Amino acid sequence: MKAAQVTMETGAHAAALAVKSARVDVVPGYPITPQTSIMEAVAEMVENGELHARFIPVEGEHSAMAAAVAASAAGARVFTATSANGLLYMHEVLHMASGGRLPVVMCNVNRGIFAPWTLWADHQDSMAQRDTGWIQYHCSSNQEVFNTILQAFRVAEQINIPVMVNFDGFTISHCLMPLTVPPQEEIDRFLPPHEPEWRLDPAHPSSFSNVTNAPEYAPFRQMLSDDIMAAIPLVKQAAQEYKDITGMWDGDTIDTYRLEDAEVVAFAVNSMAAELRLSVDILREQGIKAGLLRPRLYLPFPAEDIINALPQNAQVMVLDRNYNFGHPGGILAAELKSVLFGRRNDITVKNRVMGIGGIDLTRRFMADEIRAMMDD
Amino acid sequence: MTTSIKQLPDIEQVLSGNGACGGCPATMGLRVVGKALGSNAIMLLTPSCAVASMGMTPKLGYNWPCINICFASAGSSASGITHAVEIMQEKGRLQGELPTVFTWTGDGGTYDIGFQALSAAAERNDNIIHFCYNNEAYSNTGVQRSGATPRGCFTTTTPTGKRQPKKNLALLMLEHNIPYVATANVAYPGDLYDKVVKAKNTPGTKYIEILAPCYLGWQFDMSETVQMSRAAVRCGAWLLWEAENGKINFNNPSARIISGKKAAEPVDEYLMNQGRFNRLLKGPDATQRIAEIQGDIDREIAFMRERAKITV
Amino acid sequence: MKAVTKAYRPISWPMKGAGGDTGTWRTHRPVVDIQKCTKCQICWIYCPEAVIDREESIVDYRYCKGCGVCAAECPTGAISMVKEE
Ligand SMILES: Cc1ncc(C[n+]2csc(CCOP(=O)(O)OP(=O)(O)O)c2C)c(N)n1
Ligand code: SF4
Ligand code: SF4
Ligand code: SF4
Ligand SMILES: [Mg+2]
Repeated sequence: MKAAQVTMETGAHAAALAVKSARVDVVPGYPITPQTSIMEAVAEMVENGELHARFIPVEGEHSAMAAAVAASAAGARVFTATSANGLLYMHEVLHMASGGRLPVVMCNVNRGIFAPWTLWADHQDSMAQRDTGWIQYHCSSNQEVFNTILQAFRVAEQINIPVMVNFDGFTISHCLMPLTVPPQEEIDRFLPPHEPEWRLDPAHPSSFSNVTNAPEYAPFRQMLSDDIMAAIPLVKQAAQEYKDITGMWDGDTIDTYRLEDAEVVAFAVNSMAAELRLSVDILREQGIKAGLLRPRLYLPFPAEDIINALPQNAQVMVLDRNYNFGHPGGILAAELKSVLFGRRNDITVKNRVMGIGGIDLTRRFMADEIRAMMDD
Repeated sequence: MTTSIKQLPDIEQVLSGNGACGGCPATMGLRVVGKALGSNAIMLLTPSCAVASMGMTPKLGYNWPCINICFASAGSSASGITHAVEIMQEKGRLQGELPTVFTWTGDGGTYDIGFQALSAAAERNDNIIHFCYNNEAYSNTGVQRSGATPRGCFTTTTPTGKRQPKKNLALLMLEHNIPYVATANVAYPGDLYDKVVKAKNTPGTKYIEILAPCYLGWQFDMSETVQMSRAAVRCGAWLLWEAENGKINFNNPSARIISGKKAAEPVDEYLMNQGRFNRLLKGPDATQRIAEIQGDIDREIAFMRERAKITV
Repeated sequence: MKAVTKAYRPISWPMKGAGGDTGTWRTHRPVVDIQKCTKCQICWIYCPEAVIDREESIVDYRYCKGCGVCAAECPTGAISMVKEE
């Protein structure tokens, strides 16, 4: 048995290494900061023979997703990556991927969206795709990016729903952290070859997504809605089996820190949630019983796991790195309130928006914010 | 020698009783394409009459594996499929001869919203055939103008007749340096068949555009689909040509017009027989507007004659 | 193990009559006068519906839409369009 490799890698390179480990077949790609380095790394791996796949250098993100869904319908395992405006440009085709039940996996490297231009992270891009029918993970470390891409392929192919793996631009995509790459045999054991039960096959001609009358259309939409909810146990199973095989664990639908006895719970996603662990330690030193709940899975929203995990009478401080335009505050807070309503009336939810367009979120700043929110 | 009707294969990939209008030129052309491609092919469709014609879930009027894709993405989605089947074959997951990957797309999906992705696929020279069945309008949405609508033509978005000439998309595709480009017309099935066979046997990106006179958009009687197609060629409004590795050859009857052996018929009668033009012909500036249309045709013939001389 | 609902994907299968019994669309039916027919196959190739038998010039009226292209193209005038009752 070969030992796992530990090297220093950026988040973007960790993503590319996961694509290689997943033995992906087709990668259409188009550059956009801060995602570009994933595409460059994949193109290089394909060129030098490290990854036996096709890299398609398309002319835009609409085409990247259009090539991805079509390649998936032909039976290939497909990956692509994008950020911000690239993701928005794909919007129409994101719906085709989910409605057509095509298990594409995509990284979105979170970046604030135009206008005006910004290059740095916030979560408006991925959260604006909430209603496209994709499963969405949000990751807080380079290792988690690697691990999650492999878990994403497994879940996507089990349930035939595309999966988006989100992580922050620059703080994750461009920062070096130690990365453990498990031996390929372990990964192959975790992620079997993609064997779709349907594909575009001249030996068995069938057609995909013809015009569909309401009596047939409505059930397809209902099944998509039901099946997205059915992803929750699969996400848990994937995380557990990944741990059994590789020994690594990032949480399943949620990830928690010092939560059991917490009276004040920080609630956030992505890299800021990693930093929030340190904010929790600071608050604890200050005598505040703080804890962290990070939804690793944003869609389907892990309502039951959140409801079960929150300690009695906790004050939940939702730190949103996005706006819920038309409502005060951010999107995560609205999602959280909607699941707690009528179920956990003991919980208080408070919300601030921060870190927009890459404003630095330090442990101390967030600890101070949480303290201030206690008086809101 | 052009393949004769009697030599065409029996195979039918377009199944009887599909949803197209009676006399539909797109369906007529697709039948011939099916005879040339055979069953080992994968078809992509963008929103269009061809989609409205193919039957509703769970029924399919074409005998290929088909995929409905987003309107702007014929080129890129076809690239995705061709790369997928090639790599799956390389990895041993697909056996046998690779299927032909082809798009069946209207002029809207080719000239307009689909042009960017098509141009990029051609520039990459991905192994696909892009078919444009050109009915010179967005027929499926009720006949609006497209980049292929000729000058003077009435559509619901050009209510006084279009003021601009159409663009020459086949020529634009040729300028992408792809190995095969051809124009065809449903009145000449043997010529179309031969062109599709050539495209099928040529690796890289192939572009075939088929003039498809649509009785609904063009406003003539549906029994006249073939007659109208022929008339378009005789007056030079449609030129039949093909280019293998960049070298243009004209096909008859267009070859005779280009060489000057036979003059193109004046455009008047062609225009007169179509409702989409004849409102214009009843207007006070009819003479001038016919002259403009004739001017576009004359210019195109002269230009293509000269362009074909460039063989470097 | 797939974890999805059955028949979750919008798939269609090839069949004749995907648009229904399109013969009901006809206002006129093509009638072939076999005496005049030279079996040139012109009507066969131009019929958009693929409903004319190549060898026998027999029309499948279940799906023939009555467009009249065959009658317009027949070089011997063997096909006439007759008003449906
Ligand atoms: C993104 C998008 N925009 C607009 C439409 C609406 N639409 C459907 S078909 C069509 C026109 C198709 O024209 P063409 O490609 O020429 O095919 P035809 O209908 O003439 O066969 C349009 C505008 C669409 N389906 N998708
Ligand atoms: S509108 Fe024209 S192109 Fe469309 S199906 Fe009818 S005849 Fe064919
Ligand atoms: S076109 Fe006329 S002559 Fe030729 S096969 Fe048909 S019916 Fe017979
Ligand atoms: S009327 Fe039209 S559909 Fe019927 S046989 Fe003749 S060409 Fe075919
Ligand atoms: Mg059109």
